Amino acid sequence: MTSDDVPVLDVGNLSVHFGSPGLLRRGRVLRAVHDVSFGLAAGETLGIVGESGSGKSTTARAISRLVPATAGKVSLDGRDLLAARGKHLRHLRRDVQMVFQDPYSSLNPRRTVGASVAQPLINHGVVSREDTGPVVAELLEQVGLKPEAAGRYPHEFSGGQRQRVGIARAMATGPKVLICDEPVSALDISIQAQVVNLLGELQKRTNVAMLFIAHDLSVVRHVSHRVAVMYLGSIVEIGPSEKVYTRAAHPYTVALLDSAPLADPDHERGRERIEVRGEIPSAAHPPSGCAFHTRCWLYERLGQPDDCRMTTPELVETSTGHSAGCHFSDQVAQHRPEPVRLPVPTTRRRFPT
Amino acid sequence: MTDRRLLDVRGLGVTFATPRGRVRVVDNVNFDIARGECVGLIGESGSGKSVTALSLVRLLKNATLEGEVLLDGKHLFTLSEAELNRVRGGEVGFVFQDPMACLNPALTIGYQVAEPAILHLGMSKKEARSHAADLLDRVGIARPADRLRDYPHQLSGGMRQRVMVAIALAANPRLIIADEPTTALDVTIQAQILDLIREVSAQTDAAVLMITHDLGIAAGLCDRVNVMYAGQIVEQATTSVLFSAPEMPYTWGLLDSLPRMDDVRGTKLRSIPGSPPAPPLPDDICRFSSRCPYARDVCRDTGPELVVRSPIQAARCLGTESTGWIT
Repeated sequence: MTSDDVPVLDVGNLSVHFGSPGLLRRGRVLRAVHDVSFGLAAGETLGIVGESGSGKSTTARAISRLVPATAGKVSLDGRDLLAARGKHLRHLRRDVQMVFQDPYSSLNPRRTVGASVAQPLINHGVVSREDTGPVVAELLEQVGLKPEAAGRYPHEFSGGQRQRVGIARAMATGPKVLICDEPVSALDISIQAQVVNLLGELQKRTNVAMLFIAHDLSVVRHVSHRVAVMYLGSIVEIGPSEKVYTRAAHPYTVALLDSAPLADPDHERGRERIEVRGEIPSAAHPPSGCAFHTRCWLYERLGQPDDCRMTTPELVETSTGHSAGCHFSDQVAQHRPEPVRLPVPTTRRRFPT
Repeated sequence: MTDRRLLDVRGLGVTFATPRGRVRVVDNVNFDIARGECVGLIGESGSGKSVTALSLVRLLKNATLEGEVLLDGKHLFTLSEAELNRVRGGEVGFVFQDPMACLNPALTIGYQVAEPAILHLGMSKKEARSHAADLLDRVGIARPADRLRDYPHQLSGGMRQRVMVAIALAANPRLIIADEPTTALDVTIQAQILDLIREVSAQTDAAVLMITHDLGIAAGLCDRVNVMYAGQIVEQATTSVLFSAPEMPYTWGLLDSLPRMDDVRGTKLRSIPGSPPAPPLPDDICRFSSRCPYARDVCRDTGPELVVRSPIQAARCLGTESTGWIT
């Protein structure tokens, strides 16, 4: 995001806590998302990565009002998204659409694909019920499906085609923000590439802002201008993809990057990598101080400094547009092995584009 | 390598009887695995990789099997059910994708880890219990003796997968079949489980058949790789050759479909057009021809054979044979 861009979506100190402090629950609160802030400009893609339980999906769902936010502010073009009710909310929903991981469970199996894509058009009064036909045909064509597909049912399509339908439905109302929650995780590699390309084309054409949630770090790198790394409900690092991937300033980011297997045997074998021990703790009992310290390799290397156990680090800008929440972010680089740079395959044959 | 050969699969075919007739989903599959070696079976969903793995020890219902499978010279397809039960979970251990579906929710993990040792190694209950604790310790579960009484639901996904590995190891297997063992796990936990499999195989000289859709896992773990497409092996090679000089357009298409960590944002991925064919699959054409940019008429007239290209590589593609047109 450049400085002159006004964010179309502005998320400020968003928190989502589950569990009421009622009598029976003994006041146990699960902080699924805590104090998350970011902005998203038109035409921009922000990737969100993190393990399951890090709060990525809950953040997305809170923004699209599928789960209630506990605190914070989300505004779309300056309009308050969280406070909107009734007609106002419907209007905002038109501008914020979602693409889900599993296109089979998010499409009604008893309705034709055409009916599913037409529904948001009718709901939001974009066109009248009678006139949806040509609009649906055009939407389907935009996602690479034949107009005849409108008359068929979800089970008649492959996973990749179903995801195209899901994308067509999300794009139907001409949203300003498209939230993609693991949109390609369920797809095979060859199909995944098709859908990633499609999302890229759509963004170029419509200038839609995208929030792209995925656990596959290479996919996120490929589509995102900026990346946010989440751990136990908080953003621990955020910045331009290039910086986050090559000059990670949080030990958790380094561990995530090093854990991802690379499709290159030479590098994969000789690779010195940082791994994290154990598993993500429960959000109901987050560790004291820095939430990551119980699994942090840097904490160990630095001789378990008290700071990490005692004080929760704030997100601090380490370079322009790049922030990390680590007391020792300036020491991450010197303690991590050289980030892998794969040679571009020149000797091997390439698949034609 | 003959004396080191552990598993030899020859002409394996799998046909399912369905209400709409017989469907052949795996066709003339040949590969072998040496002792201590890790061999990958990669491919997309529906390519037949899991069916191939399950058929090795006849774990499929309603399937007609052809060909032969030799484990240490023993013909698995001619064994009786009772004899096979000594192989399953004994000489051959399994790690599946979803440990929650494979572990019995009503039995303690101690019982489930001890059981193969009682059945296959003839241990007493007491011996098996301490053997189980040792195994849990070996797969990295803290305070193993205390965990024996835990039930699967008390463990996290990563821990359950460690328990699966412990069960697979319990009867000192010579072959571990791992079917997408880390697909349901986070990358951080995936790295831990892959390390564990690597370590265990090195310690016990157990061979591993790794079934995965993830080329990165194959690159890091496997000595040799078989690529499956639409029920056939379309390329087999040592891992480094497969990744550096594949001879089948499908293989290089797969490699090129992958986004890279150092990609320039927004460049178009080289995707393979279309999607894999659904059964019934014809024998007399190249099954990839409908998606292959190099396909010629001859590809749609003849079913290409898996042709040896070098001592460490074979591929099923007319276009890259010595008389072919793909340069």
